[in-house]
Amino acid sequence: MKRIPLSALIGLFITSLFLLSAIFADFLAPYGVAEVVGDVWEPASDRFLLGTDSIGRDLLSRMIYGGQVTIFVALTATALSFSLGTSLALIAVVVGGWFDMALSRFIDLIMSIPTLIFALVVLSVVPANLVTLILVMGLLDVTRVYRLARAVAVDINVMDYVEAARLRGEQTVWIVFREILPNALSPLVAELGLRFIFMVLFLSTLSFLGLGIQPPAADWGGIVKENKEGLIYGISAALIPAIAIAALAISVNLVADWVLSKTTSLKGGRNG
Amino acid sequence: MPRHLVKLVAQRIALGILLLFASSVLIFAGTQILPGDVAQSILGQSATPEALANLRKELGLNEPAISRYLSWLGGVLQGDLGTALSNGASITDSILKRLDNTLFLAFWAALFSVPLSIFLGLISVLYRNKWPDRLISAVSLSTISVPEFIIGYVILFVLAVQLQWLPSVSLITNDMGFFEKLGAILMPVIVLTFVVMAHMMRMTRAAILNVMESAYIETAELKGLSAFNVIFSHAFPNAISPIVNVVMLNLAYLVVGVVVVEVVFVYPGMGQYLVDHVSKRDIPVVQSAGLIFASVYITMNMLADIIAIVANPRLRHPK
Amino acid sequence: MDKQQDNLLIDVRGLKIAARIEIPGEKTEFKEIVHGVDFTLQKGKVLGLIGESGAGKSTIGLSALAYGRGSVEITGGEVWVGGQNILSFGLGELRSFRGQRVTYVSQSAAASFNPSKRLMDQVTETCLRHKLCSREEAEKRAVVLFKRLGLPDAENFGNRYPHQVSGGQLQRAMTAMALCPQPDLVIFDEPTTALDVTTQIDVLAAIKDAIHETGVGALYITHDLAVVAQVSDDIMVLRHGNMVEYGTTEQIIHRPEQDYTRALVSVRSHIAEEKPESGDVLLSIEGVCARYPGLPDDILRDVNIELEAGHTLAVVGESGSGKSTLARVITGLLPPREGRVLFDGKPLTPSLKERSKTDLRELQMIYQMADVAMNPRQTIETIIGRPVEFYFGLKGEEKRRRVIELLDEIELGKDFLDRYPAELSGGQKQRVCIARALAAKPRMIICDEVTSALDPLVAEGILKLLQDLQEIEKVSYLFITHDLATVRAIADSIAVMYKGKVVRYGQKSKVLSPPFDDYTDLLLSSVPEMEQGWLEKAISHRKIASAGH
Repeated sequence: MKRIPLSALIGLFITSLFLLSAIFADFLAPYGVAEVVGDVWEPASDRFLLGTDSIGRDLLSRMIYGGQVTIFVALTATALSFSLGTSLALIAVVVGGWFDMALSRFIDLIMSIPTLIFALVVLSVVPANLVTLILVMGLLDVTRVYRLARAVAVDINVMDYVEAARLRGEQTVWIVFREILPNALSPLVAELGLRFIFMVLFLSTLSFLGLGIQPPAADWGGIVKENKEGLIYGISAALIPAIAIAALAISVNLVADWVLSKTTSLKGGRNG
Repeated sequence: MPRHLVKLVAQRIALGILLLFASSVLIFAGTQILPGDVAQSILGQSATPEALANLRKELGLNEPAISRYLSWLGGVLQGDLGTALSNGASITDSILKRLDNTLFLAFWAALFSVPLSIFLGLISVLYRNKWPDRLISAVSLSTISVPEFIIGYVILFVLAVQLQWLPSVSLITNDMGFFEKLGAILMPVIVLTFVVMAHMMRMTRAAILNVMESAYIETAELKGLSAFNVIFSHAFPNAISPIVNVVMLNLAYLVVGVVVVEVVFVYPGMGQYLVDHVSKRDIPVVQSAGLIFASVYITMNMLADIIAIVANPRLRHPK
Repeated sequence: MDKQQDNLLIDVRGLKIAARIEIPGEKTEFKEIVHGVDFTLQKGKVLGLIGESGAGKSTIGLSALAYGRGSVEITGGEVWVGGQNILSFGLGELRSFRGQRVTYVSQSAAASFNPSKRLMDQVTETCLRHKLCSREEAEKRAVVLFKRLGLPDAENFGNRYPHQVSGGQLQRAMTAMALCPQPDLVIFDEPTTALDVTTQIDVLAAIKDAIHETGVGALYITHDLAVVAQVSDDIMVLRHGNMVEYGTTEQIIHRPEQDYTRALVSVRSHIAEEKPESGDVLLSIEGVCARYPGLPDDILRDVNIELEAGHTLAVVGESGSGKSTLARVITGLLPPREGRVLFDGKPLTPSLKERSKTDLRELQMIYQMADVAMNPRQTIETIIGRPVEFYFGLKGEEKRRRVIELLDEIELGKDFLDRYPAELSGGQKQRVCIARALAAKPRMIICDEVTSALDPLVAEGILKLLQDLQEIEKVSYLFITHDLATVRAIADSIAVMYKGKVVRYGQKSKVLSPPFDDYTDLLLSSVPEMEQGWLEKAISHRKIASAGH
């Protein structure tokens, strides 16, 4: 095992910080998420480490709870899009024929409409709650996971060792789980990180547009929206969630980069 | 142009038209056939049964979905997008006013970002793995890692609040002069340029590197050609097509980026129009605006493919 | 002595070359791949550089241009050309040196031509950019070279784009491109390796003629001793970046001094005795026609051949002859359009899916690229153990014992159990693939170009192993190959395929003795022999043959 490069270590460290603060939000947050505890836009002080927000709630508490929501929704949506996208793609490749054809053309069609636009269209109809939000985000993103997983699986499926397994008489289950999946896993894991980032950005954007998490609950995009008026008076409260989003995205990116570079060097062997 | 090339291009155009129709079905289906009662979700849980029945009638929900779709599509093809639920105004009129503004913004953003990203992409390749490349790549990676609206606010905070060089909102009216308008959209243009440039520059860099690693570049180097000749007479002709492709794909992306940036700067364009009416659950407006965004996006993608077909020497000079 | 100095074209002393290995976050290392090589070349002479993969022959060849490919750097020594050490040249000096004094012909002309420029522009480019002559003069030179290299319609050939001409023609065009600026030295880097054997001989002859008529000096790099014996005056044998032996062509092929050279020279001399016909037919292919779905033409046309139990049938042909398609039909990957395949007297179902486990077990396959024929994520134990478990239900210790037994049979041993494919050499990988096929206790194995990707000595080891295993296991081989030397070595009977048809078929002794049909004659006469002057004989034989028709 080679040592982990510094950039990946930093990425891992910051990512785990965010995850821990999301998990232990109830213990870490000094105040309640919707609790009005001070004046409007108080500056940072001993009582309010990050100051207060547009209606006098503690910004640090809202950031911690907001992080919990952001990370939870993004993770769930990623899990949905990933499991569905990967299994559909593998089945399509191994079964082949019209099933692959029909599914791939349908995915192409959905991808011909920009994701944000499609999401806006659908969100204009469905009720705004956590479940529909996760479903819309997750299902729309299935298209991208499907495309990548299919491309990876198609490459592996034409390998001679997969043909050898077919000639041996192996069942589809063996071919998918023992021959294809182990070889597709590392590029897919790297993509998992990128999809997660995309989900964080997507959720933040939706919330910023007022179509994501509904108040009084908060996520980072929503906190930007609540505090954006303050910017004009030079109050930087809206930039704090912005920094959090960027830090999370960049640190996950660093980890994903590392996983991906390990994958490419893996072409040679496990020691590569 | 050889006949089979015409055929390939025609096929791609036909596919584009097919996609346009299919996307109209998808957008329609997205709002109309989804589980749940549209009228209920518009009016909320507390709506009276009479109000619900009225709205259903108004939306034509009692008719089968196919005939509703056909009459909507028929209207769209004749330039009639229907009327908005929220204020009863003609959607076509509202969109025409705003489409102008959005295209004006997108045009200037493209004008800045395209040459700049190709230039930076070239710099990156020339100084590959040296500090200019690493700097450009670090900045573009960070830009990609944050949502558009955040870049918007950071720039707004710096330029409008701290330095007070520019106004914080981009109001634009018809009686403004050309340069006044240009000044008004300066900040959103900067933001869009940043957003699109990061993607475009990275893809340009990858496209040129791909060409530079070809065996025929080595051949040219072993001929003793100067770096200038290697790049301009061997790499460039083969890199044009992928670069143009990258540009078109990112212009398609620009169309989406515009939605968020317009909201940030309160700019009266299509994006803000769409977002406003999503919150109001004004379905006819959302459908129409969504269809227009999708059409632009599909057309850009189609142009990218056509350029790739026409620029391919194997297709241009058949056996 | 002085006179010799005047005639000296290139003088390489103590050449050392290393590959730069950059690991992000760690310091850059150099791995030496050429460890101090010396050679000289007189004007107008040809020096052959020969060796197996990893010998450093291409790398040494490119040093005559002071060029390191990719992460390769020249780290020591001197390369003197015309009284100047080119390794001390600055960028500007190098530019006027490259392309003008020394030029390069690569293995893959298809990738080395710019796809978006006409051939003429690329062939004359060096002359024009270095201002060696006028465009008119350069084009005149190019047309002369096109003619000399036997390109069709030489006057207009240059108007075409690279993708519009065949691989053999591109290789000649690249030779023309190298000769057009009238350099002192041309580096030929495996220029015929990627070509079919019947094309190779023409290109080889064209290159040889062009070298002689223009009087240019050349470095000819190849892995094939028989090829280099045809064109070079001197030969240098390389191994692992060291010189093994250096002498005249005549001395190297007739009186080699080193063991390694002797092994290379005698590599194709091993020939198995042909087994007599037994009448015990295991596989018979009856009237098979096949095509790929969606394509209009048959790839296989009325193929009828038989394979006897315990025997080896070699199916030989060039690319596009349909020999690999035949394997797909037999294995059931491509159901035939017409005809049938009988195994042990019973018809096999056309499609793989309907075949019984016994049918699948008895018919195994070994692939050309052992690299991609094994799952990189499985250990050798899993790879060989899976068929043991799948067909015979063996588990745990029993399975392990059987795998070790198989590893012994392929001469690898149980140390290999826990290794991954990437940790094995090319020959070892192919051995594991053989063990995997044997694990099924098959009655027949299809060997699809199993030695083509291997170096000659390693390939010979594999062939010997296959023959020994045939003795022990009484298994039949269907041997698909383009290489007639392999066929001679291993076959009992031979089927020659051309454009989807079997044009000649029978016992080896019969197929390889005259009278020949036209195609078999062409094929046989195209296989390079390790004998100086073979090329001229073969070419004149061809001219007579084609004059006779």
